[in-house]
Amino acid sequence: MEHLLELEEVVVRFALRFGDLTAVDGVSFSLNPGERMGLVGESGAGKSVTGFSIIDLISKPGYIASGRILFEGKDLAHLSEEEMRIIRGNRISMIFQDPMMTLNPVLTIGTQMVETLQAHMDISEEEAGRIALEKLRKVHIPSPEKRLDQYPHEFSGGMRQRIVIAIALLTDPSLIIADEPTTALDVTIQAEILDLLLELCKSEKTGLILITHDLAVVSQITQKIAVMYAGKIVEMGDTGTIISDPKHPYTQGLINALPGSDHLGKRLNQIPGMMPSLFSIPPGCSFHPRCPLRMDVCEKHVPPFTYYEKYNRSVACYLMDQDSKEDL
Amino acid sequence: MNRAVPLLDVQNLTKHFDISGGFLEQLRLENMRINLKKTIVHALNDVSLSIFSGETFSVVGESGCGKSTLGRAVLGLYPIDGGQIFYLGKRIDSKNSRQMLPYRRKMQMVFQDPYASLNPRMKVEQTLMEPMLFHNPGISAAQAKERVSEVMEQVGVDPSWASRYPHEFSGGQRQRISIARALMVEPEFIVADEPISALDVSIQAQILNLFMDAQEDRGLTYMFITHDMSVVKHISTRVAVMYLGTICELAKTEELFSHPRHPYTKALLSAIPVLGTKKADHIKLKGEVPTPIELPSGCVFHNRCPYAFDRCSAEIPGMAEYDSGRLIACHGVEEGKI
Repeated sequence: MEHLLELEEVVVRFALRFGDLTAVDGVSFSLNPGERMGLVGESGAGKSVTGFSIIDLISKPGYIASGRILFEGKDLAHLSEEEMRIIRGNRISMIFQDPMMTLNPVLTIGTQMVETLQAHMDISEEEAGRIALEKLRKVHIPSPEKRLDQYPHEFSGGMRQRIVIAIALLTDPSLIIADEPTTALDVTIQAEILDLLLELCKSEKTGLILITHDLAVVSQITQKIAVMYAGKIVEMGDTGTIISDPKHPYTQGLINALPGSDHLGKRLNQIPGMMPSLFSIPPGCSFHPRCPLRMDVCEKHVPPFTYYEKYNRSVACYLMDQDSKEDL
Repeated sequence: MNRAVPLLDVQNLTKHFDISGGFLEQLRLENMRINLKKTIVHALNDVSLSIFSGETFSVVGESGCGKSTLGRAVLGLYPIDGGQIFYLGKRIDSKNSRQMLPYRRKMQMVFQDPYASLNPRMKVEQTLMEPMLFHNPGISAAQAKERVSEVMEQVGVDPSWASRYPHEFSGGQRQRISIARALMVEPEFIVADEPISALDVSIQAQILNLFMDAQEDRGLTYMFITHDMSVVKHISTRVAVMYLGTICELAKTEELFSHPRHPYTKALLSAIPVLGTKKADHIKLKGEVPTPIELPSGCVFHNRCPYAFDRCSAEIPGMAEYDSGRLIACHGVEEGKI
């Protein structure tokens, strides 16, 4: 099967006065049509920048330094702005964290939806209005005819995020990139929005990249997961397998640090220290100063991101080689 | 349940905010007549709870349920509109600011955003010293300095950084400093309002550990305000679930999580995403949280409740006590229907 999206060694840099800052450092992954993937990490891990790089939303001084981004067979990195616009917001839609920031407060929902459609398709206003109505129904907005004439402030947070999703669906994209879509929402609303995303991705066969810091959210609706740390993917594979049996010490640390049902009231297993700033990424494996299992090699060499068939995942950690040797 | 005198006892607490603005903004045209109408937010309605010494008492609920208002009202940061607050049996809500001073030393607060709660123009040392000098005017400069390094050490911030400014610290470090500031005056009771919500996952664990360590070392009592149910489950002794300015269920943590009884608690707990599980069916609630400006009649939850019946829209349910001290405000539970 041809991949819907394929990233090969993508490097994103920010050109600053005193030199370049590497925010995404050689990220590779692929997504099949209709596949749902989670991009997980803490702030500064480069997960949003990775998401933005796909639809060329990285603004100056940022730039894609190297690597290839193939979407439906086309190399996005070499498209003109004109050609990119045909794909962005049309074949690939984006959903952001804060729906109030995404929607224009002075235009009605209907106007915004019709505008979006007419920007991408040569259709009449009536036809656009009909599609808008249909999409609002899809995201379960009650009495959508009435709602089309209302302004964003007349909706609650959860409803606004539904509308943002409806707008993202307008052009029947084959990929949706959702950057922390439920972080600003309450837990009962979050559950509804996740339900909706899952339902729509399944019924429309849309691919999804869910960018979030919340492992629990990712584990609920994605099939595949990539854990990022300091600009690199450190572990990637099937969601269930990684959550139940994480291999990279950072993934293990993240999962163990979550307050869970065991050892209630006891101290949590914390990861010491904090994510390095992009200005001072440690040499070797960038996680080694915080890693409880570090070896001498980790301080000098960057562990390659390798696929391990036995564990059905890719991991960037020297411990994996030791593991495999011991097993042999 | 412990029948000793509670450390903090809140009875029928009511807090309203008048947001009607100036005279012109209050004018309303109704039936061709101009009326003056006030807009009142009913933030807390008849809230009662007791917190015992050494407990971690969590208050949970979704945005706008009044949990932060409750925390602030308890500390006297807001004047209250009804009800009483007792600290070790002494009424504190009616005290003037001078009489309140000894209690302020015993009750401290840690806020959500460590970027907004530290004064950017004060060195860490100044920030930490200020409350101590205020409450112990006799203390010598040398003693104060020593105390600052002691507390900084305890919260895991290098004391040699005392003369730095907040912007030189990361979010997690800043939250450690806010906790240190609260600990400087040797409090007994700390209200922590979403203290880890602004932090990254790996840092959240560090700060939660710090809270638990400080509690063990100093015998602190916490009122922990949060929307994160897994944190609540981990650290609390008892939990109060709030909805639209009222407490709907209050119980011991294990009991609340294993057998939620109030329909809202059930819905809330079923919505929590659990690591490593496929999306299970959660209880879907009808509609949305009503505004606290026009509260629904009767039970505030009745128009979204899947079990609501006639009595729920007519009569406000009172808090009734059930097995092992669990308090529930629900007609359905009371009549044995749920």
